[in-house]
Amino acid sequence: MLYREAGQFKTNYVADSAIFPLRQDRIGLGLIIIAAYALAFMGSDFLLQAVLIPFLVFSLAAIGLNILTGYTGLLSLGTGAFMGVGAYACYKLMTAFPGVNVIVWIFVSGFFSAAIGALFGLPSLRIKGFYLAVATLAAQFFLQWCLIRIPWLVNYNVSGALDAPLRTLFGTPIMGPNATPQTRYLVVLTIVILLTWLASNLVHGRIGRMWIAIRDMDLAAELMGIRPLQTKLLAFAVSSYYCGVAGALLVFLWYGGAEYDVFNINQSFFILFMVIIGGLGSLIGSFFGAALIFILPIVLGIVLPAILAPFGLSVGADVIEHLRFMIVGALIIFFLIVEPHGLARLWQIGKQKLLVWPFPY
Amino acid sequence: MSFRKIGFGLAAATMLAGLALPALAQDSVYVPLFTYRTGPFAGSGTPIADGMHDYLRMLNERDGGIGGVKLVLEECETGYDTKKGVECYESVKGKNPVIVNPWSTGITLPLIPRASVDKIPILSMAYGLSASARGDIFPWVFNPPATYWDGLSMIVKYIGEKEGGLEKLKGKKIGFLHLDAAFGKEPIPLLQELAKDIGFEVALYPVAAQDMQNQSSQWLSARRDRPDYMIMWGWGSMNGAAVKEAVRSGYPIDKFYSVWWPGEDDARSGGAGAKGFKMLNWHGVGANFPALQDIQKHVVDKGLSKAPKDKVGELLYNRGVYNSLLIAEGIAQAQKVTGKKVVTGEDVRRGMENIKLDPARLKELGLEGFTDQLVLSCADHNGHRAAFMQEWDGTKWVKISNPIEPMTDRVKGQLEAAAKDYAEKNAGWPKRSEACDKAS
Repeated sequence: MLYREAGQFKTNYVADSAIFPLRQDRIGLGLIIIAAYALAFMGSDFLLQAVLIPFLVFSLAAIGLNILTGYTGLLSLGTGAFMGVGAYACYKLMTAFPGVNVIVWIFVSGFFSAAIGALFGLPSLRIKGFYLAVATLAAQFFLQWCLIRIPWLVNYNVSGALDAPLRTLFGTPIMGPNATPQTRYLVVLTIVILLTWLASNLVHGRIGRMWIAIRDMDLAAELMGIRPLQTKLLAFAVSSYYCGVAGALLVFLWYGGAEYDVFNINQSFFILFMVIIGGLGSLIGSFFGAALIFILPIVLGIVLPAILAPFGLSVGADVIEHLRFMIVGALIIFFLIVEPHGLARLWQIGKQKLLVWPFPY
Repeated sequence: MSFRKIGFGLAAATMLAGLALPALAQDSVYVPLFTYRTGPFAGSGTPIADGMHDYLRMLNERDGGIGGVKLVLEECETGYDTKKGVECYESVKGKNPVIVNPWSTGITLPLIPRASVDKIPILSMAYGLSASARGDIFPWVFNPPATYWDGLSMIVKYIGEKEGGLEKLKGKKIGFLHLDAAFGKEPIPLLQELAKDIGFEVALYPVAAQDMQNQSSQWLSARRDRPDYMIMWGWGSMNGAAVKEAVRSGYPIDKFYSVWWPGEDDARSGGAGAKGFKMLNWHGVGANFPALQDIQKHVVDKGLSKAPKDKVGELLYNRGVYNSLLIAEGIAQAQKVTGKKVVTGEDVRRGMENIKLDPARLKELGLEGFTDQLVLSCADHNGHRAAFMQEWDGTKWVKISNPIEPMTDRVKGQLEAAAKDYAEKNAGWPKRSEACDKAS
């Protein structure tokens, strides 16, 4: 009923290859985007700053990793470092050329990350699977080492930290301490929507099919005329581009200042978990994964004391923290058992059900 | 389709926005405590958290708060993780906190630029950005009682005195074992400057954060280089591992000095061989102070504390007490300066600038002899106070020196360069607009 395809005819090739062939999907997506923008004006500062901005940033990073791991089948543990490259590149660029709008630099910083990513992607031509994961692990440690050791990267700052200078867009501060969470949220949201739209076009088009062909069977793909070198490196570059932009957003539009330590190996795993939980090879899964891994603990942190309070149980912040860990961990295992293909698959099943609802045949 | 999930986030988030923010009574002051009782640094974080909480709780129980105003205490668990720390900050921001103490350099850095905008002072006690000692450039940040540069100069001075004068250090070799992060690297420029002027040699032994527990390669190099002295700048599990490794590799432990962060447990991990390990400290150890006795009586004995009885008075517990002493004093001074009972973050910022913990005041607070005097002012948010050297005798810390004054002239140079640098790099860093109170 809700999802009736009947009557929606595709009369030309363009319509057939549309990413959202269903009218309901297009309407739903439109509503969600409108709601997301509306939230900028209705949400509290806490909601915007501590929940939605980081959620969007992590979603973007998860999309980046998903392109590499989910679509092309190359396992990477260097996500954190690639995010770091983006953040440091953005810092260098905007301090060296303060006259150029920072939005430009956020997008350009991704290219530095893409170049580094492609470089560390070279081993992927020879090695696969866990061995590649180890090679990208080397990227993680090497790049992190560089971020600590090269003081030029932080403009010889004694504290060794990045900090967000004041930058404006149309005269409104969007970066630095004076930027309100609202404006920062709007900027992050717009960038994430733009890049997600771009990614969805990439993965549904010729390039995306090449990636998927490589993932499913690289030998067959090669015989069909897909060049593994270019395809794999392109996947590394595009993936790192997304991670780089996410890193720049993370430091400058969320934290407002950070140490190299933000981009450590834990960050890489954090993003990898999002991709796996959300669903490999799915853009919407990246958002689901980010929500489960990032937002759920925050919600638990607020909901748990409220649930326990009526029973006269007042628990300390540390107990809540332990409970958060246990519940999130249990949920991750639960989801992986129930649906190993991730939350995106659950969503798809739900959609199928809606398609025939209320007649289960 | 990709955006459908936002809906979930929204639903959850709106729900939580509604649940948060319990109404606060009008006649109380909200003091959030950022603590970490979980994660890899919990060993250091737990006693500090207990100390911070118990002292303020004691004020509530014994005096009904400060100046008759109850303190509303709330712990927020950071796990020493920047992500969670920033989340904590956002979640407490709406409840009008009078001061925040991030207890992590990583969390402090993102908060520094926000402090002046949100009007919430930051107390980063002897950590964070050393340059924030300059009140004229960082009016909202306080990092008493000493910076890391002060600390390093004190250790070098102490070693010099042992040798019979600073100039006797000429030709010696000093090893510097540090956490390979901003915190551990901060003293290096000063150490190198001193090395050049005095003529000693410096050997650096960086320890990466992920290798804190495994320092065998550093100590192997130390064995080869044979430094005459070893100075350590570490935190968390790095300290205990270093003491253990020093003992194991046969380094003369009495030549091993540390900045003020190791605790009893770190020294204990070296076993009997750790006897003679020395570190800087600026406050008393043990529970033989009236205020700490009151904590025992009003908080611990009533079961209001998470600390086991025997941990009260340990080094890091007392470090937490000292932190809360500063918070309480900031609030008390704010009440005095403004004449208001229920103070705000802006008032407490003024209060902090008026802190004057002289021996008389300390006695009044039941902490006579607990610590050296501390006077903060509009320009000086640090105090650059002297610390003393203490030695591990196998079971407890023993004070072995008089207060050692830092080499103020040298520290000042570093400080001014760093503060200027920070303000310059952050184009548009606001000029201080907050008026100074007349020195009281």
